[in-house]
Amino acid sequence: MTHGVGTKGKGPAAYLLLEDGTLYKGLPFGYRGGSNSGEVVFNTGMTGYQEVLTDPSYAGQIVTMTYPLIGNYGINSGDAESVRPQVRGFIVREACARPSNYRSEKTLDHYLAQYGIPGIAGIDTRSLTRRIREYGTLRGAIINQAAREEGWEGEALQTLRRGGRVNLVELQEQMEASAREYWTEQLKSVQKLLVAGPHLVRSVTTPQAYVIPGDGYRVAVLDFGIKENILRMLKALDCHLMVFPADTPAEEIASAAPEGLFLSNGPGDPTDVPEAIETVRAFLNGTAAPLPIFGICLGHQLTALAAGADAYKLKFGHRGANHPVKDLRTGRVFITSQNHGYAIDEATLPKELVVSHRNANDGTVEGLRHIHLPVYSVQYHPEAAPGPEDSAYLFDEFIANMAQRTQKALA
Amino acid sequence: MPKDPTLKKVLVIGSGPIIIGQAAEFDYAGTQACKALKEEGLEVVLVNSNPATIMTDANIADHVYIEPLNVPSLTRIIDQERPDGLLPTLGGQTGLNLAVALSQAGVLEKYQVRLLGTSIEAIKKAEDRELFKQTMQDLNEPIPLSDIVSNLDQAVAFANKTGYPLIIRPAYTLGGTGGGIAHNETELLTICDMGLKKSMIGQVLLEQSVAGWKEIEYEVMRDANHNCITICNMENFDPVGIHTGDSIVVAPSQTLTDKEYQMLRTAALKIIRELKVEGGCNVQFALHPFKCEYIVIEVNPRVSRSSALASKATGYPIAKMAAKIAIGLTLDEITNPVTGKTTACFEPTLDYCVVKIPRWPFDKFVTADRTLTTQMKATGEVMAIDRTFEGALQKAVRSLETGVYGLRLPGAATWTDIEIENKLKKADDERLFAVAQAFRRDWSVREIHQISQIDPWFLVKIKGLVDFEAQLEKWPVDEEVLREAKVLGFSDYQIAKIANISTQLVREARKTYDILPTYKMVDTCAAEFEAATPYYYSTYEEEDEVRQTEGQKVIVLGSGPIRIGQGIEFDYCSVHAAWALRDCGVESIIINNNPETVSTDFDTADKLFFEPLALEDVLNIVEKEKPEGVVVQFGGQTAINLAAGLREHGVKILGTSLEGIDAAEDRKKFEALLKSLGIPQSEGKTATSAAEAKAIAEELGFPVLVRPSYVIGGRAMEVVENVKDLESYMETAVRISPKHPILVDKYIRGKEVEVDAISDGTDTLIPGIFEHIERAGVHSGDSMAVYPPQTLTTAERETIVDYTLRIAKALQVVGLLNIQYVVDNQGKVYVLEVNPRASRTVPILSKVTGVPMIKVAVQIMLGKSLAELGYGTGLWPETAYTIVKAPVFSFEKLTDVDISLGPEMKSTGEVMGVDFELSSALYKAMTGAGMKIPTSGTLLVSVAERDKEEVAGLIRDYADLGFKIIATQQTASALKRAGITVTTVNTADHSLQLLLDQIKDGAIQLVINTPTRGKVAGRPGFRIRRAASEYRVPCLTSLDTAGALLEAIRMIRDGNPPSYQAMGSYQDGNSAAWWDKLKELAG
Repeated sequence: MTHGVGTKGKGPAAYLLLEDGTLYKGLPFGYRGGSNSGEVVFNTGMTGYQEVLTDPSYAGQIVTMTYPLIGNYGINSGDAESVRPQVRGFIVREACARPSNYRSEKTLDHYLAQYGIPGIAGIDTRSLTRRIREYGTLRGAIINQAAREEGWEGEALQTLRRGGRVNLVELQEQMEASAREYWTEQLKSVQKLLVAGPHLVRSVTTPQAYVIPGDGYRVAVLDFGIKENILRMLKALDCHLMVFPADTPAEEIASAAPEGLFLSNGPGDPTDVPEAIETVRAFLNGTAAPLPIFGICLGHQLTALAAGADAYKLKFGHRGANHPVKDLRTGRVFITSQNHGYAIDEATLPKELVVSHRNANDGTVEGLRHIHLPVYSVQYHPEAAPGPEDSAYLFDEFIANMAQRTQKALA
Repeated sequence: MPKDPTLKKVLVIGSGPIIIGQAAEFDYAGTQACKALKEEGLEVVLVNSNPATIMTDANIADHVYIEPLNVPSLTRIIDQERPDGLLPTLGGQTGLNLAVALSQAGVLEKYQVRLLGTSIEAIKKAEDRELFKQTMQDLNEPIPLSDIVSNLDQAVAFANKTGYPLIIRPAYTLGGTGGGIAHNETELLTICDMGLKKSMIGQVLLEQSVAGWKEIEYEVMRDANHNCITICNMENFDPVGIHTGDSIVVAPSQTLTDKEYQMLRTAALKIIRELKVEGGCNVQFALHPFKCEYIVIEVNPRVSRSSALASKATGYPIAKMAAKIAIGLTLDEITNPVTGKTTACFEPTLDYCVVKIPRWPFDKFVTADRTLTTQMKATGEVMAIDRTFEGALQKAVRSLETGVYGLRLPGAATWTDIEIENKLKKADDERLFAVAQAFRRDWSVREIHQISQIDPWFLVKIKGLVDFEAQLEKWPVDEEVLREAKVLGFSDYQIAKIANISTQLVREARKTYDILPTYKMVDTCAAEFEAATPYYYSTYEEEDEVRQTEGQKVIVLGSGPIRIGQGIEFDYCSVHAAWALRDCGVESIIINNNPETVSTDFDTADKLFFEPLALEDVLNIVEKEKPEGVVVQFGGQTAINLAAGLREHGVKILGTSLEGIDAAEDRKKFEALLKSLGIPQSEGKTATSAAEAKAIAEELGFPVLVRPSYVIGGRAMEVVENVKDLESYMETAVRISPKHPILVDKYIRGKEVEVDAISDGTDTLIPGIFEHIERAGVHSGDSMAVYPPQTLTTAERETIVDYTLRIAKALQVVGLLNIQYVVDNQGKVYVLEVNPRASRTVPILSKVTGVPMIKVAVQIMLGKSLAELGYGTGLWPETAYTIVKAPVFSFEKLTDVDISLGPEMKSTGEVMGVDFELSSALYKAMTGAGMKIPTSGTLLVSVAERDKEEVAGLIRDYADLGFKIIATQQTASALKRAGITVTTVNTADHSLQLLLDQIKDGAIQLVINTPTRGKVAGRPGFRIRRAASEYRVPCLTSLDTAGALLEAIRMIRDGNPPSYQAMGSYQDGNSAAWWDKLKELAG
């Protein structure tokens, strides 16, 4: 079954192949010189595609936006959540060729091309979303017809050398068929696609520790692929930020004499970063001197795992800017920005951790709180970018916890 | 928080008649609210003066009052009903203003009625300019430099400080009445003067203009537990400077980065929190196009036109949720009715693009100023949904039904470059087409942006469409081009026009290539969750989501945008048709494109297709759904016009056959039919030249009724008294030629009578007869009308019934028909016209007579007979009470329009007055229509030559009541001759100005002016009428209306204030015959 909407016959096509065999035909944009594969997920935000593209938590994934008109306001240097786009591919209904916004510096097409990320447009993204909803997250590949990596050009050369004529249409069809075959085989295996595993966090964490100086509290930031806006917000609160690579042991962190520990967002399965779980555990079980801890997203999951809970993979995850989360203490619901494929299994929570926030739609755990220690974490993104700014108050609580600790120390 | 247990009975205030700025959206909101309150077990009392609404149906509320919306009436009703709470946020500005007035009058306190949803304080903070400014300053939310002034000197002083342009907004008005933009001192003085008069509190706001900035709106909601959510944001295609109701609007915003989106979202939530609104709220922003800077333009702490649009654009039922929140529920306790599983406390996300285009009345008001400003002029709007902006835009244009397909406006090719530039700069209703025309002339995006300040994103899209036209010209039936064309929203007809080929060819090519639309669902959540609501739009993609259903289905065609001549009544009919089908066990499918309506609510029909009412779009749905047939009787002329095309494509039309429709609509066939039945019709002939017209007129004898041969709603129709006037009519109003003939009819002086009937082809039931107060010559939509008729003799009545039965039978009517008659002074009955469809008066007659007309008509269309249904043939028993229907106009919004009544319809809405006494019903209808009934004071009279004799008796009655009479020269002489004391006023230039000043200053309480020859804007009569309208002095342009008013004045002067009762109580007074009939049916 081939899908293709409003894709004019001219020029090479691109394909989106899913592990269930579904094939969509579309138009290539961004990087046209190669194909790429990953886990296909959808994001329901209507704005914020640049923040999504640059969010390191999307490492290993091909993202589709459910909103059809993407790229309208271009790409600007101020809205990046990391130094480069992190997705493996990007699927849209329509990629805007002439963006309009005073801050726009380049088009989406140009940006993705620059970083070698293939995009595909002209896709019935709603049908794709419905497929993901029904099937669960799928592996998929964006296959560029123009790509040479599968030796298509070589094929033509060989034909010529054999004295044959190159029939472009026939050759294209052959090449398409062989590419499809190749990728169908590839998509069968998680390992081959590298969509899970320790390498994901490793690819987005900082290679070495660095400091963002500030006059306030000394915060150790464990970077699993941190979003720029988290750093911005902590900085705005005057924090002195000491950013550590994901595999930094607890002693090393402790030796920097932090007043608080922040656990960042990041890609993939929390069990793929066991060393980080160890690190957090040390701060929970007294191996290291206890600190106020605040975890977001993967940081939240690692906190829970360090305390003994388990995580499980959601059918298709939560990705968007409209997810309602209830603060169980006040009964108030906040609209949150989310991006996660895993969640904490409430049944496995140790008694020290209580659920503080819950998803108002499916009831999944959205926030945890330690009953003795100043440790709390949320599954969603209070730093927004993209998404609602409603939950920024959670950062204040982290500051308050550090203040309280200092007061206690002084007392 | 669960529902407040102390609330048992709630009063809901409706928004009254349809006027510019307040249309069907409040029937939609109010109906949803009443249903939601009843769902929660509350007793609901509803007051609304507009009988053409769904919300005033007996089953929507527990006690329905169709009574005037003012403080005295509501006070009486509150006293009778003793509600615990009052919900004012669903009745538009009318509801809000009334709530404030009731609170100020101490009524709410006296009867201990709690205001629900929004506090008086919040209303004031949002509506009172000074408090608003203070509130925004406290919140640190930016607003433009501004000042509140209450006189002209202050205004000038402020302008001297800030410079021009300045925006002027009166406090407490709706639709921006009396506002405008001043570019210099003269304009400032004119607009301010008007604004000060219009404001309920004599204040206007002057503010620094941010014209040219992006205009962005947010619809937000909040509950008592401080949960705040955004339902939708919207971006105006037209930058700040044009009222949002007159702007093309797109949802969601297209050119905002996430930072900008969230910045404004956060501000909107901050504001709703501060105002502590429990319900919906609309916040309008201006966003600087080149800087991270914004200002808050306006806050509406209530459900609005924008929230109706947002509800339809997202699928989220704002009004329903607002009502539930108002009685204490919190958002998270409510389930999202669209998904049926997730919470209502979330933010809808769209996976399509929505475009709204206003529908303006300039086709009816050719002399009106078409420039778009901060004062709204549109009567209605259309909305379209697609996965591309281009598709949504073109579908919306098609939905307007202005004869324009796509972006090619007929005549635009003849515009000069200067004209185009003017249209781009100073926007009018044709700006969208001017943009396209400019691109056709190779203007650049940059140039057009600089002139119009429209965001380049929109311009690039339009340029793309114009460029694509070139491809279509060359390769209209190429598969790839055609596929792309459909994605971009081009219709087959439009492609055929562009390529100069037949629609048939395009259609067949498309079908051969298998290029068919797919239908996607509006589900609030971009497919993240499975949705339960069958609300669809078309797009050209891969996957179709329509759930195929088995069993009998019928499509009901809606009536499209609200316009003059086709209003909310037809939505009422469509909704009832859907409900009737459901009751009969038939699946109902509605097609409509008006976001303001109940018919486009997701749970009205079994399936809703939000689509243009154009042949191709309807056929596509027919082919998808394969219904039993299509019902065209309930969607006004819009639906009737589609009948022939549908039949041509083999679609079954339910009800009256196409031949029957044609026989009624085709003048020649109809004439022949009446002749064969021996039923008299006013004589008339067709003229193709001025000479011929004169000859015909002389042969028939003056006065004659003249009009172009193909007209809708009586456009350019006039009663002409003599040869001179006929000549002038042919020079100014119409162009006569063999291709464009005019019709000349004998004008019969007499009373006009209107009949609505239901027929099964054999038997015909007449639920009631309406008698017009104004004599024939005033369009039936603009006439006051009385039921049951007051002056018809038994013989006249019998003749009317007899004619109706015979015409229905001859036309083989199956369903509804409407006939207008005129009865001359000798009691002879003539037929004026027959409409083989539901008419404007069906909703009101259904409510008043107790006959569920639409339901009966639907049952008949499905094969039942009147006899089987228990209705006999002939006239239904009359009620004990009398009702008066009065038209409501929006002249204050439309400058340069003559307010005089004539054969051309001008009203935008209507109200109903009901009582056991005619005088009380008249009084209620008039006050309900917003007339300040003067009981004493000065009466200015100026009548046409023909009325000079007749007017004397009437004026003597006014003089006897103590009115001081002043009159223009000739009228004054006539009155003096009749022995009436009168002061003569001069209408020469200077004196006229003095007279106008008197009107302005409130020295005149009533004007009676019958126009000689309408259309000339500079004439004294015209200026007097305009002045009266603008300064809200009642101005009657028909002696009959003046006579009716006299009745009402006498009634109040006699000291008998009317009582106000629920419809049920009036019905209790009905005759035994009426009740027997009703019981018979129930049994």
